[in-house]
Amino acid sequence: MTKWLEENTPKLVLAPSFIAVLIFVYGFIAWTAWVSFTRSRLLPRYDIEGLIQYERLFASPRWDTALNNLFVFGILFILIAMVLGLILAILLDQNIRTEGAIRTIYLYPMALSMIVTGTAWKWILNPGLGVEAMVRGWGFESFTFDWLVNPDMAIYTVVIAAIWQSSGFVMALFLAGLRSVDGEIIKAAQVDGIPTWRIYTAIIIPSMAPIFLSAFIVLSHLAIKSFDLVIALTGGGPGYATDLPATYMYAMAFSRGDIGQAASSAMIMMMVVFAIVVPYLYSELRSKDD
Amino acid sequence: MTDISMTSAQSQSQTGKIVLRWLLYIALGLFALFYLMPLFVMITTSLKSLDEIRTGDLIALPREVTFDAWRTAWSGACTGIQCEGVRPYFWNSILIAIPAVAISTLLGAMNGYVVAQWRFRGANIIFSLMLFGCFIPFQVVLLPMARTLGIMGIAGTIPGLIFVHVIYGLGFTTLFFRNYYVTIPAELTKAAKVDGAGFFRIFWSIFLPLSLPIIVVTVIWQFTQIWNDFLFGVSFSQAGTQPVTVALNNIVNSTTGVKEYNVDMAAAIIAALPTLFVYVVAGKYFIRGLTAGSVKG
Amino acid sequence: MKSVFFGAVSATALIASAVHAEPQAEVLHWWTSGGEAKSVAVLQEEFASKGGTWTDMPVAGGGGDAAMTALRARVLSGNAPTAVQLKGPAIQEWYEEGVLADISAVAEAQGWADVLPASIAGHMKCEGTWCAAPVNVHRVDWIWANADVLEANGIEMPTTWDEFNAAADKLAAAGVIPLAHGGQAWQDATVFEAVALGILGPDGFRKAFVDLDMDTLKSDEMKAVFDQMRTMRGYVDENFSGRDWNLATAMVMNGEAAFQIMGDWAKGEFMAAGKVPGEDFLCASVPGDGFLYNVDSFAMFNVDGDDKKAGQDLLAELIVGQNFQKVFNLNKGSIPARIDVPLDEFDSCAHLSAKDMSESSDNGSLLPSYAHGMALRGAQSGAITDVVTAHFNSDMSSDEAVNMLADAVANSM
Repeated sequence: MTKWLEENTPKLVLAPSFIAVLIFVYGFIAWTAWVSFTRSRLLPRYDIEGLIQYERLFASPRWDTALNNLFVFGILFILIAMVLGLILAILLDQNIRTEGAIRTIYLYPMALSMIVTGTAWKWILNPGLGVEAMVRGWGFESFTFDWLVNPDMAIYTVVIAAIWQSSGFVMALFLAGLRSVDGEIIKAAQVDGIPTWRIYTAIIIPSMAPIFLSAFIVLSHLAIKSFDLVIALTGGGPGYATDLPATYMYAMAFSRGDIGQAASSAMIMMMVVFAIVVPYLYSELRSKDD
Repeated sequence: MTDISMTSAQSQSQTGKIVLRWLLYIALGLFALFYLMPLFVMITTSLKSLDEIRTGDLIALPREVTFDAWRTAWSGACTGIQCEGVRPYFWNSILIAIPAVAISTLLGAMNGYVVAQWRFRGANIIFSLMLFGCFIPFQVVLLPMARTLGIMGIAGTIPGLIFVHVIYGLGFTTLFFRNYYVTIPAELTKAAKVDGAGFFRIFWSIFLPLSLPIIVVTVIWQFTQIWNDFLFGVSFSQAGTQPVTVALNNIVNSTTGVKEYNVDMAAAIIAALPTLFVYVVAGKYFIRGLTAGSVKG
Repeated sequence: MKSVFFGAVSATALIASAVHAEPQAEVLHWWTSGGEAKSVAVLQEEFASKGGTWTDMPVAGGGGDAAMTALRARVLSGNAPTAVQLKGPAIQEWYEEGVLADISAVAEAQGWADVLPASIAGHMKCEGTWCAAPVNVHRVDWIWANADVLEANGIEMPTTWDEFNAAADKLAAAGVIPLAHGGQAWQDATVFEAVALGILGPDGFRKAFVDLDMDTLKSDEMKAVFDQMRTMRGYVDENFSGRDWNLATAMVMNGEAAFQIMGDWAKGEFMAAGKVPGEDFLCASVPGDGFLYNVDSFAMFNVDGDDKKAGQDLLAELIVGQNFQKVFNLNKGSIPARIDVPLDEFDSCAHLSAKDMSESSDNGSLLPSYAHGMALRGAQSGAITDVVTAHFNSDMSSDEAVNMLADAVANSM
């Protein structure tokens, strides 16, 4: 009995979390799938009606915009935040005397609720109030920075604010990774006269592959769920030019009483995520097994 | 190579180092400016009077500094019928955040330890399934979760909110610890097992002391997520258990009332103070090789 | 007046005799900021003075969206609030889900049918029974103006859209922004329905936005509405995207802009800045006939326990009571829903609103606001707003817009 317990302790430790995830993630996804085949409006109903919600979804020009934006926003945001986070972490890893203060400055945007920082960003990015007005005030009359009010460019302002908000956390992740790299190896490499940049590209960064995975997951999670950000910064506008699937889903489920439609949009969104994340996970986890 | 050439090369690299150092600080400073810009707007706005905001430049420095908005935000702004600011809601948030962060971090550490160091058949699949859980949009889980909480009898309570936050934090905490622990050589566990140490003993006395940087990251992430959560807070609370984000939202998002931007900004900064506090305190444990050297050497 | 008096007595008697439990109410609402919160606090005080215990459950955001999210979660978890701020067809939608309580006993004892305009009373009924209590009437189709700016440019308040366009051109030439506007979907929709009321007329408006008549939605008049919206787009400054409505109001206040089209909550902003109606700023209905209303109301949910049921009856009685209707609306900028409240203490804009309401109630042009969720269910009004805001923020032609409108409405069913 004790032997069995000893052998199975790892599984027993993992079991409660795994069961919880099965129920509260996969069970709920199944529930959503079911509801997406119904005509649920204000509250969920369970009579299957077929693919009507998906037909409606793909007939909606607003959903097209939202899905498109998810790609533009997601790719730019993940890429830039990751690169910026890594650069900041490496810069900060050079025995900086004021590291604590600078780290907190880079991190603090995460602490602030976007409900209000959205307003601050809105003012900064507004051509009449913020950066454009300021630079013009310095005498550069032709300076233009009107992305916020330009339907074709507004999504990029969402990218800027999102990077501002979360790159600090990515930096923290990478910093933790850098700090876990064996100091002895670095010292040995330095003694051998290998330049610092080579030490980073050849030794340290490759050893942080699992941290990249963490950063990627966190950033894609944030990209998919960017909701407060869009609501506070652009409210989905101009028009619905900056709508994202998350805001579309929320609008359908909670302001328009169209839960079936919301469920179908959630399913499509999860399928998209699945198609992108699963291959990455697969390659990442397989290489670890070798 | 002669001694002379050696020293000249050294001094050259010395000046090069100083220049690099300066460039480094300038780069760090410029980034800091970018990050601080919105905070500047928020703080200056919070120090202005409403009249000044209405008539003046929104980005400019305050003409007259007043702390009235801060006082109002803390203890006088209306969040409904009560006009007691965000103060009464702080306690609820603390009661939710601290247990939820502690439980989810501990569970994540154990799970990560199992997945990274005690591989059993299917462990990677289980891990992948848990990871994918990070991607479920929270808007999707609201309604079935409401029903579940109702059945469990903890709808509208603080334990209910803790439960929800722990569940949806597990994916991340497990991920962080697992990806940190896989970089630790498996030989370490093997050697400890040979020495007769058991599962918990190895975790407690070898892995946990090694984990400070990743605990910092996990706590920062979880605390931020839970403290700033609005969607769960607003859906699974009732009168008396509403967290501070709901109060902040009630101050900021008035529908047809007069908007007091100075109070909004002050309230937002006040609501963020506990998170900032965590960043500063936890950040201290970010130092390289606090105990790592002893194991890896 | 007499019947009301007796009504009040009998209802009190009814409550006293039927229920001995102390009235309890947990009230979910989204009036959380200064003036609004003070207004609802009046209700709480009256409730408490009648021996009731009020538990406040405020959730602001998105014009009630966040509150509705909380409400769904509460209902599904079997823990519905006692009373909820609900409005428009949402009341009937919730009724159809079988979760609303019947408050006909109070309504009949109080004689609500005699004191509420018929079209507003209609919103408070579900299949013949009373299921909600109205609080106020916001008028949506207001146009606000800076008095000094108009005077300096020799402009009168416009009474037709052509006059408005002429005035706007003149203002633009003089370097004033003709129309202060915030580019948020609901604000676009607010301007759109004001224009639509003027151009389609009350009957056309009803056909389009209450009956969703396809012919009207695709008609040439509807194209003219979109044409006018395109013209209005030219009167708005470049930086309007995402601007909060109150910042637009501030532009009118400090003379940067001349007009704003917004519901009467804008009056609160002017008043808060110490401006006087008729002197500093002017209020008028937008060009055209009719009156678009946005009525806030409370619905009671099915709950267990005599104390909560007593709370619901007492709340319903107080909400429609004369005193609350007066005090609340003085604070809020709207006018009372019941027509027998003395308006001596109200300002000139409120008087105009009350006069227009009773006139349009008589001639059938008292209409629900589509932009503020009074006319249609969320799915349909949302679909219309999507098209309106997409058109306003792009260079879409009116023909295209009209076709998109018909498609979107059909797709939302």
